[in-house]
Amino acid sequence: MNTYEPVIGLEIHVELKTKSGMFCGCPADHFAKKPNTGTCPVCLGLPGALPVPNKKAVEWTIMLGLALGGTIAEVSKFDRKHYFYPDLPKGYQISQYDQPLCRGGKVSTSFGDVRIHRVHLEEDTGKLQHATVAGKKVTLVDFNRSGVPLVEIVTEADIHSSEQAKEFLKKLHQIVRYLGISDADMEKGSMRLEPNISIRKVGETGLPNYKVEVKNINSFRFAAAAIDYEVKRHTVILESGKVPAQETRGWDEAKNATVSQRSKEEAADYRYFPEPDIPPLRFTKEYIDTIKANMPQLPDAYKKEIKEKHGLNDNQAKVLSEDFGKMKLFKDTVSLPSVSQANISGATVANWIINKVPDTSGVTPTYLADQIIKSKQVTQVDDSVLVSAIDQVIAENPKAVADFKAGKEQSKMFLYGNVLKRLAGKGDKQKVMELLVGKL
Amino acid sequence: MKLNSLTLKATIDKLKAKEISHADLYKDVHDAIAEKNGLLNIYLSLDPTAVTKAEALLDTPLAGAPIAVKDNFLTVGLETTASANVLKGFKPPAESHVTTKLKAAGGVIVGKTNMDAWAHGSSTETSDFGPTKNPRNPEYLPGGSSGGSAAAIAADLAVGALGTETAGSIRQPASWCGVVGLKPTYGRVSRSGVIAMASSTDSPGPIGKTVEDCAILLTHIAGKDPYDATTLPKPVPDYTAHMRDGVKGMRIGICYMDHPQLKGTDVDRAVTKAGKVFEALGATVEVVPLSKTLEKGKILTPDYAIGVYTVVQRSEVSSNLARFDGIRYGNDRSFFAHEALNRIMLGTFTLSKGYADKYYVRAQQVRTLYRQNFAELFGTYDILLASPSPGYALAAGASSGDPLFGELQDMLVEPSSLVGNTGISVPCFTDPKTNLPLGLNIMGDQWQEEKILKAAYAFEQATDWNPWAK
Repeated sequence: MNTYEPVIGLEIHVELKTKSGMFCGCPADHFAKKPNTGTCPVCLGLPGALPVPNKKAVEWTIMLGLALGGTIAEVSKFDRKHYFYPDLPKGYQISQYDQPLCRGGKVSTSFGDVRIHRVHLEEDTGKLQHATVAGKKVTLVDFNRSGVPLVEIVTEADIHSSEQAKEFLKKLHQIVRYLGISDADMEKGSMRLEPNISIRKVGETGLPNYKVEVKNINSFRFAAAAIDYEVKRHTVILESGKVPAQETRGWDEAKNATVSQRSKEEAADYRYFPEPDIPPLRFTKEYIDTIKANMPQLPDAYKKEIKEKHGLNDNQAKVLSEDFGKMKLFKDTVSLPSVSQANISGATVANWIINKVPDTSGVTPTYLADQIIKSKQVTQVDDSVLVSAIDQVIAENPKAVADFKAGKEQSKMFLYGNVLKRLAGKGDKQKVMELLVGKL
Repeated sequence: MKLNSLTLKATIDKLKAKEISHADLYKDVHDAIAEKNGLLNIYLSLDPTAVTKAEALLDTPLAGAPIAVKDNFLTVGLETTASANVLKGFKPPAESHVTTKLKAAGGVIVGKTNMDAWAHGSSTETSDFGPTKNPRNPEYLPGGSSGGSAAAIAADLAVGALGTETAGSIRQPASWCGVVGLKPTYGRVSRSGVIAMASSTDSPGPIGKTVEDCAILLTHIAGKDPYDATTLPKPVPDYTAHMRDGVKGMRIGICYMDHPQLKGTDVDRAVTKAGKVFEALGATVEVVPLSKTLEKGKILTPDYAIGVYTVVQRSEVSSNLARFDGIRYGNDRSFFAHEALNRIMLGTFTLSKGYADKYYVRAQQVRTLYRQNFAELFGTYDILLASPSPGYALAAGASSGDPLFGELQDMLVEPSSLVGNTGISVPCFTDPKTNLPLGLNIMGDQWQEEKILKAAYAFEQATDWNPWAK
């Protein structure tokens, strides 16, 4: 049997959290709203309604492009992408075809760089709901999502494993969250994933002559599972001397498998042409520079900063920077005056967040600071109490003391644990360790 | 004298001077409609409350004057169909920007006028609700697609009107009906709330009895609209302010009359004679020779524009009509009539993969050549003279069976429309045998509405072709 290597490119759609829609004044926040309440003639595609692009959405897409290290187009434009579907009220989606806002860039992963092909801006569609009304099976259309700004990020086919795909997606997710341009909430569908998967024999370099697209996946885990499933499926087909069909598939959660949706042979010709209702967009260097200058700090930079500024170790910095919520809670908590007044170190705050706050939602910086300060006050005991506890433990455990002196590091932790037990939660742990090491 | 035969200017002045009342004015308008609309089929719908609305507007600039509006402008409370069965019964939830401005200035919509369905045509014969007849001679076509609005003015069924033009749809019916029609620069007047035909060329504009009436209407409908990204924030002047400044010293070029289809025709004679009128008024007039290639000092033949315009317009039409799926409003796609289906098919083809480069992209390249040509010519000339149409109004029925009827009728305005330039048609001849008029197309560069109005006004005053101007 031949050995194969996956060749994977990703298309990621991210809904921007602008106040208003991509081309109209309707609220962009559509989640769990009563159907068809946030609509207007523009996003309903009524006759005579014209699109006016959302400046903020353009700005944020450029910002994302910059964050990914891409090149921003001097001249960009919108195009019409045509297809008929009930959730697409105009019969075309306003998207970008040959002049996207951004080209190029990359995201580093531990498996190697993943190059970005392009980043462009478009509008989201409405949503279909299959329901039974008065005993009749019907399909209902909710246009609340229609016209919500949607960024599409397309990578080159640089990904060669499901692990790498997952790592890339997590990094991209962090970047988007750090920029503050989207909640990128997978469960709400504000970040949607589409891997394009094929495999080739190890040693080959060109792109395989087929690819399978898996549409609208809403979790990193499912994306990885879909990739693994497809790689196995393609291997079997190729080994039998055939080529997998070029097609679009979907991820079936219940079956834990991908299922065929549409063969590419019947793929639509989208009849792209420049959107005549929107003049081309031209960007000056100053405009791009201003966006660059106002760009929030990105995960990697933030990780570096908290290590240097707050003396965090690698692991603490990594855990905090990987989760936007934790990072933000940390950043906001350490900057509280009450925290610095109480002489609470960044490491203490970091440990609290990492060990005691599994879910940061609903935890305010002030609440967290209060908790830390309270615990410190409660355990404030005289050094003599600590010293006597340490002396007793040392006296009771001569073997452990000897082992430690012989170079057994674990024995120190054993003694430390016993001191803490004796103190029953009182006392500053760091102080205990310092005093113990001194005594030893 | 019947009050419906007044110009817009006279109507406003007389209302403000209290020489006439809104009640009498609207009675005469409605009597005339009752008398003529059966034969001419100009109005699709009427607002019975128009007079009440008008009475409250005496202190506004338009003083409550009765205006006819083409049926592709969205009007709240008045059915809006673009003369298409797909939209039969459609009551728009929002008002067009232009009619909003019109109403704010004190214009009152008498009713909505017939047009070629979806504005697809130059005859008003493709309306799903029956053809409109030419008031000058009902055996003939009124032109189109704004045929209903031009005919409403010609028949004195309103004192002012609004139309839309992509290429000829204001100027050609104005010419055929013997009224004045102005196609503004693309982006001067908002398209929001106008049912889109060809988005890159659609230009709403006024149709009136006189040049001054058009200038008054344009002043009140032009300007930046935040809901139309293609409008520009240029200030809107009072377009009547410099209208009387005269043409002394103006550099004028005569175009297209050496085209084989026009040479020696009444159109050629009328346009050449118009040149003499301008000369007598102190302008410098010369002929701009026709050219088959882009050449300095020559005008590129309009022959190519037929193909370019057809491809661009059909492509945009196929896209713009995609939204009419019957899900949210109106009837489903089986209600499209022959002409619309034809255009959807052709436009779908010209945008298709493998063909877009050959047709759509190529058409845009030739469009650029026309742009360069006009930019160069307007460096030399203030205005260019031509005709909106190759001839007189054609007999009723002439458009049927000819899929390119409109394009051949509009070939003389297609090059400048593709470029987004402005132009105005003023009466310049009448055939005594048929009573059918011809129009003079005065073309200007982009944003040169004041210049063409100046020339048009001077011509109107110096000749006897427009009875309302006296």
